[in-house]
Amino acid sequence: MARVLLFGRLADQAGWRERVVAAGDLASLRATLSATDPELGEALSGPGVQVAVDKTIVRGESVLTAATEVAFLPPMSGG
Amino acid sequence: MSVTPTITLADQPFEPGALVTAFCAGRQETGAVATFVGLARAERGAAAALELEAYPGFTDAAISEIAKDAIKRFKLQDVHIVHRTGRIAPGEAIVFVATAAGHRREAFEACDFLMDYLKSRAPFWKKEHGPDGARWIEPTDRDRTDAERWDG
Repeated sequence: MARVLLFGRLADQAGWRERVVAAGDLASLRATLSATDPELGEALSGPGVQVAVDKTIVRGESVLTAATEVAFLPPMSGG
Repeated sequence: MSVTPTITLADQPFEPGALVTAFCAGRQETGAVATFVGLARAERGAAAALELEAYPGFTDAAISEIAKDAIKRFKLQDVHIVHRTGRIAPGEAIVFVATAAGHRREAFEACDFLMDYLKSRAPFWKKEHGPDGARWIEPTDRDRTDAERWDG
């Protein structure tokens, strides 16, 4: 389980910003999201998209628990 | 002496003058306070409003890290940064930066350094609402080269 957050154009594309998804790690989370919305799945792996687990950027795999927050961050624009 | 920067994400308009007054109050050893206020431009009607999205807890932490870097780099006595989020109308303040130092050069340069970071690398997502609809915006080449001045 993880609380998934989408930001910027990813949230617009998906039509949601926050959702609880059952997944034990990032790979299965991506697979679950892709299964329901293949275009979103592709966008989440797109150029410049970073993943934060509990507000820390991760590169590679991460184990998810019920309390984990996973955020998909498209390229940042600055303020 | 360790200095902790104050970082605020504000979802409502703020009044820069009041922030300057508060920031300057009660200082005995500060010779210089530099401030910068960024306003939302109307772009001659092309931008009806700006929408800024932040990730609370992540965005402010990232800004705090760079502010701590600025404190060390420019030997600052204090930093206050306020950044708007949400929908911002033309003419409203988007960002406020105040730096306090013993002397003016450090205060000016730190303000410039912090703004270059905030404009190009801070974790915000910016959407411009105009007459032809809304579009997401990425940093300009100018924003990137301004920020690169401080690298290395």
